[in-house]
Amino acid sequence: MNRILLALTFAAVLAGCGSSVKLDDVAVEDKTGTLIGSRGAAGSGASSGAAGSGSLPSQGVAPVDLTKPGSNAAVQQGARIVYFDYDSFIIKPEFQSLIEIHARQLRADPARKAVIEGHTDETGGREYNLALGQKRSEAVRRALGLLGVTDAQVEAVSYGKEKPAVQGSDEAALAQNRRAEISFR
Amino acid sequence: MSPNPFRHAFATLRMLAAVCLLAGWMPAWAQLRIEVSGVGLTQLPIAIAPFRGQDATPQKISSIVQADLERSGQFRGTDLVPVNLDELARPELTAWRQKGADSLVVGSVTRLADGRFDVRFRLWDLTRGQDLGGQSYAVTQADLRQSAHRIADFVYEKLTGDKGIFSTRIGYVTKVAQRYNLWIADADGENAQSALASPEPIISPAWSPMGGQLAYVSFESRKPVVYVHEIATGKRRLLANFRGSNSAPAWSPDGRTLAVTLSRDGGSQLYLIDAQGGEPRRLSQSSSIDTEPMFSPDGKSIYFVSDRGGSPQIYRMAATGGSVQRVTFTGSYNISPSISPDGKSLAYISRVNGAFRLHVMELASGNAVAITDTSFDESPSFAPNGRLIIYATSAQGRESLTTTTIDGRVKTRLAGASGEIREPDWGPLQQQ
Repeated sequence: MNRILLALTFAAVLAGCGSSVKLDDVAVEDKTGTLIGSRGAAGSGASSGAAGSGSLPSQGVAPVDLTKPGSNAAVQQGARIVYFDYDSFIIKPEFQSLIEIHARQLRADPARKAVIEGHTDETGGREYNLALGQKRSEAVRRALGLLGVTDAQVEAVSYGKEKPAVQGSDEAALAQNRRAEISFR
Repeated sequence: MSPNPFRHAFATLRMLAAVCLLAGWMPAWAQLRIEVSGVGLTQLPIAIAPFRGQDATPQKISSIVQADLERSGQFRGTDLVPVNLDELARPELTAWRQKGADSLVVGSVTRLADGRFDVRFRLWDLTRGQDLGGQSYAVTQADLRQSAHRIADFVYEKLTGDKGIFSTRIGYVTKVAQRYNLWIADADGENAQSALASPEPIISPAWSPMGGQLAYVSFESRKPVVYVHEIATGKRRLLANFRGSNSAPAWSPDGRTLAVTLSRDGGSQLYLIDAQGGEPRRLSQSSSIDTEPMFSPDGKSIYFVSDRGGSPQIYRMAATGGSVQRVTFTGSYNISPSISPDGKSLAYISRVNGAFRLHVMELASGNAVAITDTSFDESPSFAPNGRLIIYATSAQGRESLTTTTIDGRVKTRLAGASGEIREPDWGPLQQQ
């Protein structure tokens, strides 16, 4: 039964990639689906860039630490969100597979357009955060570009601190808000 | 740090209010939150007598005048002599002097046959027994507050020599649930009217120099786009809707050009764009963030924020572009520049030990001081006479708009809408 649930989760991930899901409609996925989901992506032809999937044998158990914000975020929320460290615009290795999935889809369908929305946590000024969020969205756009996606297909915009994903001022909330969301319009 | 910087002031006000109730007289500022700090503050003592007939109107003109003058930090309301006076009476100087007042405002409000109100006043110099003049206004009920602000402007200018700013307007944004509103209100925060309601964020409102329009950033098309909004008609036009993000509009003093931050060529960079729209001209050329442009009052320079040195700092460049000078050197996070109308002072937000505080720098010397002790100050904007700064701040998790004197000694939390309240911008002097 658990396997079916996981399979469904993975299907939802792919569906999330391929359809124009409204931002608000995407439920938070069952976190137990994380590991299998990312391995499934590797098994179905993705390069093995996902965290933990490169060196571990296929039967291995990769530890998932949910206390670390963003640690398994790649497969949550329909795998559209790249999380960033504080004051950082560097795409962490665990989000590489997510970006590869989207790059593949965009390459396969050059008519398809994506918008990347950069977001920040609540710390600091609104306009400066808008510029910081822009750095994050452009980092994702560049990563897609390196994988062969044309600039014309991807628009990088920013919401700054205006649309936090989670309310709250503790570090866990702030970490959930430092993100770039990939959406298709 | 005190969790509520206003607490002490509230306690004082409660006490004073009680005293005043006993005296049968309610001071205007009992409904405002005025915080006075520091010693040696020189304030002009002024008595504002209740206007004859004001009890029959929905607005207490004398209270509004007194609250305006006290908010400036330059005036202190004194006790009153319990006599009924209007603009025609000659006050008994000695009795008023004994209350400690140097000046006296008297007046009346009379209902006219057409339903409007005739508001009259006279200002007396009590030390010389001199009539300093007066005015009269025939206004609708809705404009009673505005007439009080005009009286405060008259008194302020007569007694300080500076232009009064009480009849100016402010713009600000509120967020209540998932609804954003751009408001236009009187400078005391009252009489707010919604210029725009949106389900998506609105930030960075900026008054045009003539006061008829506001530029702002709206996310209504699910990305930041700059609009120019004509206040009287509600007519809006897209100013900057280029690929990427469009933000941080700032008017040139002549109103012909706006500086904006665009990411159309990658990164957040400064551009100039004609107020009527058109093709933007790139102003800054850096691989870092350049944003929050602000023209100097002479229109020759643009102050802006850049992280080119590794952390956000305020810089200055010619409005035609070219070389860049760094302006802030202390601290690792300095943003949101606002230049005083005389071009001599810079208000900005600086992070100090994790607290975001309003600072004022004297540009000639580079000396800067924090003028608040709050932790979440945002968006400073000078009053058009340069004597006050409005900013957004947060105390006990509640956002509010506050005005402060530029030395930080007199602060007033403005009345206004509930909910999250932010992004104030002080409009220009009213065109007479």
